[in-house]
Amino acid sequence: MTDLPPPSKKKLGLVIDLDTCVGCHACAVSCKEWNAGGFAAPLTDEQPYGKEPSGVWFNRVHSYEVAATEGCASSATPQPAMTLHFPRSCLHCETPACVTVCPTGASYKRAEDGIVLVDEDKCIGCKLCSWACPYGAREYSEVEGVMKKCTLCVDRIYNENLAESERQPACVQACPTRARHFGDLGDPDSKVSRLVAERGGVDLLPQLGYQPVNKYLPPRPRRTGEATAAPPQDETLDTAALPPMLRWLDRVLSR
Amino acid sequence: MHPAFSVIAFTTLSGAGYGLLLWAAGLILLPALQGRTPANAATVLLWALLLVLGLVLTTVGLFSSMLHLGKPGRAWRAFSQWRTSWLSREGVFAVATALAVLAMLALIGAMIVGALPPAWWSAMPILAAIMLLLSLCTIASTAMIYASLKPIPAWRHPLVLPGYFVFAILTGWLVLMALVNWSALSDEALGVIVLVTFALAIVAALLKLVYWHRIDRQPLGATRGDAVGLPGRDVDVFERPNTQANYINREMGYVLARKHARPLRAIALLLFAAVPMIAAWLAWANPELAGPVFTLGALLGLAGTLVERWLFFAQARHLVTLYY
Repeated sequence: MTDLPPPSKKKLGLVIDLDTCVGCHACAVSCKEWNAGGFAAPLTDEQPYGKEPSGVWFNRVHSYEVAATEGCASSATPQPAMTLHFPRSCLHCETPACVTVCPTGASYKRAEDGIVLVDEDKCIGCKLCSWACPYGAREYSEVEGVMKKCTLCVDRIYNENLAESERQPACVQACPTRARHFGDLGDPDSKVSRLVAERGGVDLLPQLGYQPVNKYLPPRPRRTGEATAAPPQDETLDTAALPPMLRWLDRVLSR
Repeated sequence: MHPAFSVIAFTTLSGAGYGLLLWAAGLILLPALQGRTPANAATVLLWALLLVLGLVLTTVGLFSSMLHLGKPGRAWRAFSQWRTSWLSREGVFAVATALAVLAMLALIGAMIVGALPPAWWSAMPILAAIMLLLSLCTIASTAMIYASLKPIPAWRHPLVLPGYFVFAILTGWLVLMALVNWSALSDEALGVIVLVTFALAIVAALLKLVYWHRIDRQPLGATRGDAVGLPGRDVDVFERPNTQANYINREMGYVLARKHARPLRAIALLLFAAVPMIAAWLAWANPELAGPVFTLGALLGLAGTLVERWLFFAQARHLVTLYY
């Protein structure tokens, strides 16, 4: 049913550190690789090769230029301009409109851990859920005629055939800078919750009221102002400490 | 938003169909409220004609909307989630309306062949009232599918819901006029027709003008900074995640209409408001031409509604475009 379950105690999600993300797209690629054979398989490319490649991805990495600021809503101190790499995927919202608009019950939010999924056997491909999502998390597959979305690697995180250290989403495993963290955001003492509290993690577009579970850690404040290298100091030479030969040379050359 | 032709054709045709059913319900209820029984066989045949045409238009519209589905064979599942989904509610109300129309047609058929005693005519206004209510609910559900989507501010506008009602009533009226004006009408009736046509066309035109004026000045409600979690910062796109357009770009980012908005709006206004008024005025001046003139007026009016619906989609900006 597309009725939302009562808020779950467990809220599995991702915490993405925009400070350390270098925009390498490893998360997007490993996501594509895993999910091409996972719960939401196949993750079809309509046009894998050629001039205009296109296909379904659950994870897309944007890069932005952020202008310098003298201080604003998200930063009290002046900040220099910077590059921002921004991985975008499903935020597994607390109140996901993509689920409630679904006419067939194909979209659902799991009561036990809050993961938002699509039952592809029920989806009629009306695309309304993609219209309801401001985060662009849902993509339609022309080939299967159904909606596809991030599964939070539900087929990895509970997979007892994998070593325990590998029971986390493919994107988290692949990240070379550890910019992605996976855990239970419903538990205030979990590592991810503590990270969010410590670094001031934020919701995207909170004004829409979808209450995303995934959090983004804003870049740490950068140093600003003119370069403050110390002026070159006058070198002092204690001629008295020099050996006699050098003292004589110094005297001759200083003339 | 990408204007899928199947969806635009669906909302235009089914809007006209439900509008026609509203007018049919009015025509059936009016004599009943005045305490009269149906005057003659011609009236009853007109009812049947309107009901059949309303059923055809709404059904064609619904089937057209199914073309937009990836898996049309599973469309029956869409009746299940009426508790949360306006799309599902629309489906349920559409089927209920169709059943009410079929019941009325069955009753008319049974009365014509004399299978039921004349007292059964009293069931007709009751069925008409039910159909009226269900048609209104269907139109409202269609509008709410759009009006309930928070990421599209132009569709959240309070004039969207009344807009769907006004256009259903206007286009339904135009179809009705295309039918009834082929028989010679009294000057008095023609006068009422001209007045109603003018009133509906002016209301629709004003509503659309105000709506367009408002959405042009309506802020998107969020900035790219909000979208990436840095509110207040000035953020520009440096590199997109994909070299070629993806589903999100194709479905949600559609800029053609915003570029050509002014001429298209003028065309829409001309076709759905000016043309019907000209048609009514021509019919008033030359009553013998009323049939062809109103038929042409209805066709052009529907074409204008199609343009208006196209603009409704193509001009609406989705918040996800902030990321691109």
